[in-house]
Amino acid sequence: MTRSRLAVWKFASCDGCQLTLLDCEDELLQLAQRLEISHFLEAATAPAPGPYDLSLVEGSITTAQDAELIRQVRAASRYLVTIGACATAGGVQALRNTADVAEYRAVVYAQPQYIDTLATSTPISAHVPVDFELRGCPIDRGQLIEVITAYLAGRTPDVPKHSVCFECKRRGTVCVTVAHGTPCLGPVTHAGCGALCPAYARGCYGCFGPSNSTNLPAFVPLLRRDGLAGPDSVRLLRTFNTAAPEFDTAARQIAEEAEG
Amino acid sequence: MTDEDSRELHLGPLGRVEGEGSLHLVLRDGELAEARLAIYEPPRFFEAFLRGRAHTEPPDLTSRICGICPVAYQLSACRAIEDACGVRVEGQVAALRRLLYCGEWIESQALHVHLLHAPDFHGCDSAIELARTHREDVARGLRIKQAGNAIVELLGGRAIHPVNVRLGGFHRVPTRAELRPLAELLRRVREDAVAAVRWVSGFDFPDAVCDADLFALAEPDRYAIESGTPTVLRGDGDRRGTVNTFPLAEFSAHVVEHQVPYSTALHSRLDGRRHLTGSLARFAMSGHLLPAELLDLAVAGGLGDPRTGAVCRNPYRSIVIRAIEVLYAVDEAMRIIDAYRAPPRPYTPVPARATTGHGATEAPRGLLYHRYTLAADGTVTDAVLVPPTAQNQGAIEADVEHAVRARLAVGPPAGDTELATLSERAIRNHDPCISCSAHFLRLSLER
Repeated sequence: MTRSRLAVWKFASCDGCQLTLLDCEDELLQLAQRLEISHFLEAATAPAPGPYDLSLVEGSITTAQDAELIRQVRAASRYLVTIGACATAGGVQALRNTADVAEYRAVVYAQPQYIDTLATSTPISAHVPVDFELRGCPIDRGQLIEVITAYLAGRTPDVPKHSVCFECKRRGTVCVTVAHGTPCLGPVTHAGCGALCPAYARGCYGCFGPSNSTNLPAFVPLLRRDGLAGPDSVRLLRTFNTAAPEFDTAARQIAEEAEG
Repeated sequence: MTDEDSRELHLGPLGRVEGEGSLHLVLRDGELAEARLAIYEPPRFFEAFLRGRAHTEPPDLTSRICGICPVAYQLSACRAIEDACGVRVEGQVAALRRLLYCGEWIESQALHVHLLHAPDFHGCDSAIELARTHREDVARGLRIKQAGNAIVELLGGRAIHPVNVRLGGFHRVPTRAELRPLAELLRRVREDAVAAVRWVSGFDFPDAVCDADLFALAEPDRYAIESGTPTVLRGDGDRRGTVNTFPLAEFSAHVVEHQVPYSTALHSRLDGRRHLTGSLARFAMSGHLLPAELLDLAVAGGLGDPRTGAVCRNPYRSIVIRAIEVLYAVDEAMRIIDAYRAPPRPYTPVPARATTGHGATEAPRGLLYHRYTLAADGTVTDAVLVPPTAQNQGAIEADVEHAVRARLAVGPPAGDTELATLSERAIRNHDPCISCSAHFLRLSLER
C-alpha cells in the first residue's frame, strides 16, 4: 500500500498547532505507517520535494515572501488544510491590522528599516483556495486526528460547527453567565475545545473564533449587561481571531459607538 | 563561489528546532571568517500590541509567542504584573504553579531529548527514522512527554495555551482527589525517566566547551524553576568560581539587547559579554541542590559532580542535563501532589496600580524575563520581553564557529554537507526556540 505524502508548513505563528501533531503520542507512530512525512521541519531535517497529498498549514501571511511561498505550497499540494487561528483568522499578530505598523516596528526594533513585514496579518484563505479549515488557538488534538483519518478514508471531516454552549451542556457545566454573571463568548464561539474555560470557572475567551451562526448584534448587549465597558468588549473580541469577519465587524461597531 | 578554499554556505531552513532560522558561513582561504545565525521568523510585534491592553491580559496573550513553552510565558507575565502590583503568591497556590511548570519541563525537555536532539547522536533525520532502530527508546520518550502533558492538561485544561492560569493564581484549583491519578501516572513514568537518563548518558559526545558566561535564576534551597535571583557564573574553566547576582529590577541594565541587520530577533549581551542561559547554566548554578540519587546519575553521565564545584560546559552533554531535569521534575511533581491541600481560594486579587514590575522564570530553554509598566487603571503602557533563545544567539554562533574551526583544522577538506550537519548539531544542542526569539536554519556558506 502506498503511503500518502504529508507536509507541514509554518508561517507567522507560535508552532503550537504543529506541536499538537507531536502531542498525538499514541497515534504518532501508527500514523507514520499510513503517512509518509515528507516535509515537517519541526520534527525532521530532510525535507523531500513535492508534490504532497496532504498539506497542513500553520500560521498567517505577514510578509511578501510568505505570500509567494503559500502559492507554491498550494500548487504542490493535492489537499490543503489550515490548522489554527493564525492560518484561519490571522492570529494574534492580526492586532496590527487596526494599528500603525510603522509605529509597531519602531517600538520593537531600534533599526526598523531592516525589518520586512506587511501592514496586515491575513489568513491563508485570503491568498489561496483552502480545502478545509481547522479552528482553534491551539487546535484540538482529537479534531486534528479526525481531519487526518477522514482524509485517509476519503471522507469529509466530522467537525461540529455549532457554538461552545452545546459542548458546555454536553459536559454538564453550569452556565457561568447565568449562575455567576461572568462574561462569556461561548454563545458566539466555534465548538472544538470541549468547553474548557467554563469548566475551569472562567468565561470563554473565543480562541476558536466565531461559530457558523453568530448573532453578535444581539450578543454584545449581554456583555454590557455582565459588566464589560465598550473597550473591554473590543479587547475581548480582538485577541486570537482578530481578523475573523464576525468578530472584526462587531469590534469596530463597539469601538465606533464608544467614540460616538 | 568556485574557489574551493573560499565559499559561502547558506543552510536552511533549520530542522528540528522551533521556528525558522538559517545559518550563514563565510570561508576565506580555508579559514572560517564568519558565522551568522539569522532568525527570519516573521516579526509578530508582541511588545507593541501589548500596549493598551488590560493588566490581566499578558498571561494569555504572551503565551501565544510560543506553543512549546506557554506556561513559561504565562508565569513570567504573572510574576512581573504581580511584582508591579505588590502581590506575592504563596502557599499551595505557589506550589500548584511549580507543579504546572514541572509539567511543562517534563513535556518540553522530553520532546527535545527524544524527538529533536537524540536523532543527531544516531545519524538520523528524525525521531521516526530513529524509531526504526530504537523504537522502545522513542516510545519511552513519548510516554514521559505524555505524563508532562497530563499535568498541564489537568491543571490548565489543555497542554498548549492552558486556560486556567490567571494573575494571583488560578481560575479553579483541583481537589486532592483530582490530583491522585497524576501521582499514579508519575510513579509509573519515573522508571522511564531514569532509563532515559541512562540511555542518553551512553551517547557518544564530541569534545566542546561553550565559551560564554552562564546565566540562570538561583534559589538558596532548591533547583530554581518559577522564581529566583539572576545569577552569573563567569565563563572560564570547569570549576565553579565566584558567582555574581543582581536584583531582577536591574535586568535591563545588565542584559542589553541590540539589533543586528540579519535577524528579526534582538541579540543581547550580559555586562558586555557573551552569555548562555538554559540547562547548562541551570545545572552549573543549582546542580548541587539536586538529590543524591540524581547527582550520582549525573556523575555516571559524565557531567562531573556539582557538589565538588565541577561545571560541565560541553553543550553536547546538555541532553543528559535535560534528561536529569525531567527526572527531577517528575520527583518534584510527586512531592507537590503528596503535600497538596486545596487552598481556601484559587487566587489572590491583583488590583492595578501605576508602576513597573519585573518577572523572570526558567523556561525549558532558559531564563525568560518580562517587564511591564502599568497606568493606574491597569492599562499596559510599556512591555519588554527577553526570551532565552535571543539571549543565547551569540553563544550559539560562537559554538558553531568553534565546531567549524576545529573541523577545518584537521583532516581532509570538509564538504558543504558535512559542515552543515556539524553546524546544525552545534545549534540544536541549545534547543533554540525561534518562535520565541522573533520576537531556524538556512545555512549559507561563502567560500
